[in-house]
Amino acid sequence: MTALLSAQSVSKSYGARAGCMDVCFDLWPGEVLAIVGESGSGKTTLLRCLSGHLPASSGKVHYSMRDGRHVALDEMSEAERRLLMRTDWGFVHQDARDGLRMGVSAGANVGERMMAVGERHYGHIRATATDWLERVEIPEDRIDDSPWSYSGGMRQRLQIARNLVTSPRLVFMDEPTGGLDVSVQARLLDLIRGLVKRLDLAAIVVTHDLAVARLLSSRMMVMQQGRVIEQGLTDQILEDPQAPYTQLLVSSVLQV
Amino acid sequence: MSAVLKIENLSKSFVLHQQAGVRIPVFDCLNAEVEAGEAVAVTGPSGRGKSSLLKLVYGTYRANAGAINVLSNVGWTDVVTAAPRDVIELRRDVIGYVTQFLRVIPRVPAEMVVAEPMMDRGIVQEQALERARTLLERLNIPERLWHLSPMTFSGGEQQRVNIARGFAAHFPILLLDEPTASLDTDNRNRVLELVAEARGQGSAILAVFHDEAERRIACSRSIGLD
Repeated sequence: MTALLSAQSVSKSYGARAGCMDVCFDLWPGEVLAIVGESGSGKTTLLRCLSGHLPASSGKVHYSMRDGRHVALDEMSEAERRLLMRTDWGFVHQDARDGLRMGVSAGANVGERMMAVGERHYGHIRATATDWLERVEIPEDRIDDSPWSYSGGMRQRLQIARNLVTSPRLVFMDEPTGGLDVSVQARLLDLIRGLVKRLDLAAIVVTHDLAVARLLSSRMMVMQQGRVIEQGLTDQILEDPQAPYTQLLVSSVLQV
Repeated sequence: MSAVLKIENLSKSFVLHQQAGVRIPVFDCLNAEVEAGEAVAVTGPSGRGKSSLLKLVYGTYRANAGAINVLSNVGWTDVVTAAPRDVIELRRDVIGYVTQFLRVIPRVPAEMVVAEPMMDRGIVQEQALERARTLLERLNIPERLWHLSPMTFSGGEQQRVNIARGFAAHFPILLLDEPTASLDTDNRNRVLELVAEARGQGSAILAVFHDEAERRIACSRSIGLD
C-alpha cells in the first residue's frame, strides 16, 4: 500500500513572511488528519498548498491517482488538476458561500458536480441529488430552493453533499464547523464522522477546535508560527502533549 | 501459553512546561510480560502510575525509553516506536481498552457504540448488533435504552455500555482500568464473569482493580508498582 497523499518539505512564504515551513507527512487511505493551531499559525496556508489552491514556494506534494500513478501536484497539467478537484477530491470551505453556487438551487449544486464528471441523464442526476440531500438530512421539499434560503448549518451540509456526490477519496476541510451554533455543530460533526467512516474517506481537517479534532481525526499535527511542532495519534497529542505550546493549547481548553 | 505482551525497560516521566518545567517521574526500567489466557493485576498506591502503564500499552502516552512489544498475526510490533497507522491497526485488531468512562458521541445509539469496534473489523452490522445486544442485556442495560444515545444515561449505565464495547470485540489483549468501580454487586459479578470468559478464550489481560477481593477473583498474579 502506498500513501494517498505525501508532503515533502512543503513551504510557502509570502515575501519575507513565512506561511508554512518544511511540512512533511504521509496520509494513508481512510485516515483523518487534523491540523490544529491558533489563527495565523499557517494551517490554512498549508491546506491550500496541499490541495493545489496555492503553489508551494518549495517542496513537493504527491498524490496517488486512481490509476495507481504517483503524481506531483505541480507537475500535473491544469486539466488533470481540475479533473482531480472535481472528482477524486472534495474541498469543504468554512464559509459555505465559497463552496456553493449561490445562484442555483440546492439540487443543481449537487447535480452540477455530477455533470462535471460526465453524467447527463436528468432523472438519474435528480434521483442521486435527492438521495444525497437526504443523507445530509436536508428535507426533500427543499431541493429546488436556493441556498440563500438555507440556514448556516443547512448550507454546510449541502456543501458536504456537493463534495461527496462524486465519491472522492480525499476531502479537505477548512474549519468545517466554524461560525455555526454549538447545537448545529454537533449535528454536523456527527454527520461528517458517520460519512467519513462509512465511505472510508481520507480527510485533512483544519480546525482550531480541539474537540472537533478529537471527534473526527485519528491523527493530529500541531502548528505554530508556520511549523509543525508536534504530530502523532490524536489521543496522544491531547492526553500526553510534549511540546510546551501543545501543553498550553491543551490546558487552555475549558472543561464543561 | 506464551507471552503476547512484553514490556521491556519501560521508562516514563511527564514534563510540565506550563508549570516551571517540573518533571514528574512515573517509573523507570519497568519489565513485565503477559501470556495469552492470563490476567495480570497492576497494583500499587494511588498515583504510582497504574493507569499510566495501561495508557502506555495502548499508545495514548508516549514512553521516554524502553519497548512495549505486542504480538499480532503480523508478528511483534513495538507500540513505543510504531507509526500512528500501525498503532491504529493494533487498536482495531489486537488491543482493547476499557475504562469507567465512556466517551459519548452525540446521536450514536448505545447498541451502535458497542457494535462499532466489531464493524471496524469488518463484521457485518447485523451480526455485530446481535452480539452488542447480548452484552448489553448481560450487563443489565434495559432494552428500551439500546436505541438511545448514552448521552442521557446515568454514570453507571454509561460505564456498563463502555464495558460491553470493550468485551464485545474479543480483543486478544485487554487493558482494564477499574472496570468494576462504582458498580453494584450484581453488575460487578457480571463484569468478573466477562473477564473470566475472555481469559478462557485466550485473551491476555492487564488490569487495575481497586478492590482486592475482585482482583483475586479476576487475576492470577500481579505486577507491583511501588
